[in-house]
Amino acid sequence: MSMREYMLGNVAIARGIIEGGGQVITGYPGTPSSEIVDTLSSIDDRDFYVEWSVNEKVAMEVAAGASMSGVNSVVTMKHVGLNVAADPLMTLAYMGVKGGMIVIVADDPACHSSQNEQDTRRYSQFSLIPGLDPSTPQEAKDMIPYAFEFSSKHGIPIIFRSTTRISHGKSDIELQSVNKEKPQPDFEKSVERWVMIPKHARIRHPRLLEIQKDIKQELQDSEWNNLKINEESSFGVIASGISYVYAREALDRLGVNASVLKIGTYPLPDDLILELFDNVDTLLVVEELEPFVEEHVRALAEDKGVNVRILGKTGKNGEYVPREGELNIDKCEKAISKAFGLTYAEPSLILESELKLPSRPPAMCPGCSHRASYYAMKKAFGSDAIYPNDIGCYTLGVQGGTVDTTLCMGASISVASGIYQAGEKRPVCCAIGDSTFLHTGINSLLNSVYNKADITVTILDNRVTAMTGHQPNPGMGKTATYEDTLEVSFDQLCRGLGAEFVEVVDPYDYDSAVDVFKRAKEFEGTSVVISQQQCVIDARRAGIKRNPYTIDEEKCTGCKQCVYFGCPAIEFDASLKKARINSMCTGCGVCAQLCKFDAIMEVEK
Amino acid sequence: MNTNNKLDLVIAGVGGQGTILASDIIGNSSVLENLPVRAAETHGMAQRGGSVINHVRIGTDLGSMIPEQGADVLLALEPVEAIRYINYLSENGIVVLNTKPVYPVTVTSSDQYPDVSEIINTLKKKYEVYPLDASELAIKAGHPQSMNVVMVGAVSSYLPIGKNRLEECIKDLVPPKTVDINLKAFELGKENISRLIETSAKKP
Repeated sequence: MSMREYMLGNVAIARGIIEGGGQVITGYPGTPSSEIVDTLSSIDDRDFYVEWSVNEKVAMEVAAGASMSGVNSVVTMKHVGLNVAADPLMTLAYMGVKGGMIVIVADDPACHSSQNEQDTRRYSQFSLIPGLDPSTPQEAKDMIPYAFEFSSKHGIPIIFRSTTRISHGKSDIELQSVNKEKPQPDFEKSVERWVMIPKHARIRHPRLLEIQKDIKQELQDSEWNNLKINEESSFGVIASGISYVYAREALDRLGVNASVLKIGTYPLPDDLILELFDNVDTLLVVEELEPFVEEHVRALAEDKGVNVRILGKTGKNGEYVPREGELNIDKCEKAISKAFGLTYAEPSLILESELKLPSRPPAMCPGCSHRASYYAMKKAFGSDAIYPNDIGCYTLGVQGGTVDTTLCMGASISVASGIYQAGEKRPVCCAIGDSTFLHTGINSLLNSVYNKADITVTILDNRVTAMTGHQPNPGMGKTATYEDTLEVSFDQLCRGLGAEFVEVVDPYDYDSAVDVFKRAKEFEGTSVVISQQQCVIDARRAGIKRNPYTIDEEKCTGCKQCVYFGCPAIEFDASLKKARINSMCTGCGVCAQLCKFDAIMEVEK
Repeated sequence: MNTNNKLDLVIAGVGGQGTILASDIIGNSSVLENLPVRAAETHGMAQRGGSVINHVRIGTDLGSMIPEQGADVLLALEPVEAIRYINYLSENGIVVLNTKPVYPVTVTSSDQYPDVSEIINTLKKKYEVYPLDASELAIKAGHPQSMNVVMVGAVSSYLPIGKNRLEECIKDLVPPKTVDINLKAFELGKENISRLIETSAKKP
């Protein structure tokens, strides 16, 4: 009997790793990729090794080392993580692998939870490493065992590109059996193979080019590409990855007959594209983000002297499919109608509502220590100071005036240095989370100290990698599987990097926090404030209970000092002109320290 | 129970209300009914108290995203969020709505929260609307957090899924200590909606 289970896309991918016989799995958390390692690390009875690495480059190298030893390895990350890991990736293509190695990269079209929407398929082309692009969570799972086999057979890693709607989509998933046969680790010494000095690299580069033909042929013949010719129609659609299911449904809804080529692999299946050329007059290429398939299709048509009208994102006929954001059925219906000359009516508003809706942006949690750190920081540094920031939950403080820049992981400290080195006279105080500091902030702090930048670096240490789903990091003394391990001391680490002013403070202790920030500001050179308090969500899970606070209506003057703190647990009753604390209070107590009228007190149980 | 075997459902709410558990109960029970199912969820950055939307598509083997005006039912765990995502609902669609508002953080929002009765009247201009105070019913069931399960109960008669399947999945998915509360919550939601449907059917 077949087994079907309802699963998150990332859980299905994790299942694929188990079915395919994955042995070493690494990654750095990043939405929408995190649940792959989360799922594997939460399995108690496991016959594979799994780790959260400190960043994507490190994760890629650990997986590469495992693969050099002949075992099946996987590295997972979000799209921007591949920028960090691009250095090993590019040379790993030359070097090749022994055990199957899958580089799982989750793209985020529409920037649901990211700073850009770059397209990982460009990396596949750039590095000459083949790529897989699933159209459904089921296909995502099924591709993984194939990817292990393909990679070890051709001696090259393979990029597996997911997107938010695959990784965070759910589906009924048909399970297959688990591959119990696993290669034994056996690192074979071979300097020509594993040592990429120029002499060897010059040999490996042509080899990489040579194997492209076989790779292309085998991928073309795989089940992940599929051409359905419709002899009654002169229209053709090429759709890649998840765009295929959107295009398929859009064609059905519109009742349009067309030949359809589904793309699931890179390099692209040229023979199938040429066969499609022979059967159509007009061809629409549907893909999310970059015109990656489209550019190749245009080049192929040009090269073969094919006279087919090709439509997509570029070209003289204009844009049919948007190059930014994620696709959906509506966008595909519009593109298909326009391309094949059908009339298309935008879905009009059924309900014309005059109601003005309040906006509801995501916000820091009630009692979040970051809010307290920012409040003290701003008190000490003032609104005139410059506040470079980084990537994590704390970026949600953007409304509060202490987030002036966010570029990429680790950049807060280096951007702060740059602003100072530019000659900016205003004080510069940057902030970075614990996990982000360990990811790429260490280099930046060393650089800042070494080059004598007069800035303050705040490490917002909430004792967990919170934003991506509370993964452990080296600051917690726990591994991915929650085994005890070394707990890195931020204080000693920063001193080791040469920082002379390093102070640890509890942001819930408002006066002390302001005092430390003031002294850090006065210090000449790079000063470090480690603002340490456990994430409120983690604290609750760990069973830490604090009494909530309440406001004495008699004493409250309605000055709104506590309301300006911005905690979702503090409301203002406009009719009574009094502040009030709601049931979301977690008992951090910072608002009580801010009240000049002693109107806020702990509820004694 | 709907015997059509195909239903597109949008679940709207606020991060923290348990929209994912609600869609998980429906998704898992669809598998027990032997129906293909797809769902799309909001994770990560958008989750922290922000507006969230989940798509659940029962009986499809294509993508998880419902097209505009494609949903048969809108299950709104919060009144304002019903209006925010209303354009996903088809012309003859049904709104099942929790009337209890979650107010956005006061300082970051200068906008006023509209009257709930105004929200309901606006929706009623075009759609069949079933409002219920699911938050109150959840308290009655034993815990305010079971509001999402009250709402699953409220929408259950529109799903192509048997009641016992849904109950089975509730037992599997909620924390063991809260099974009784959640089964009660489901029942209260189901009863309340049946009463509302009956009353509206009697009207001329």
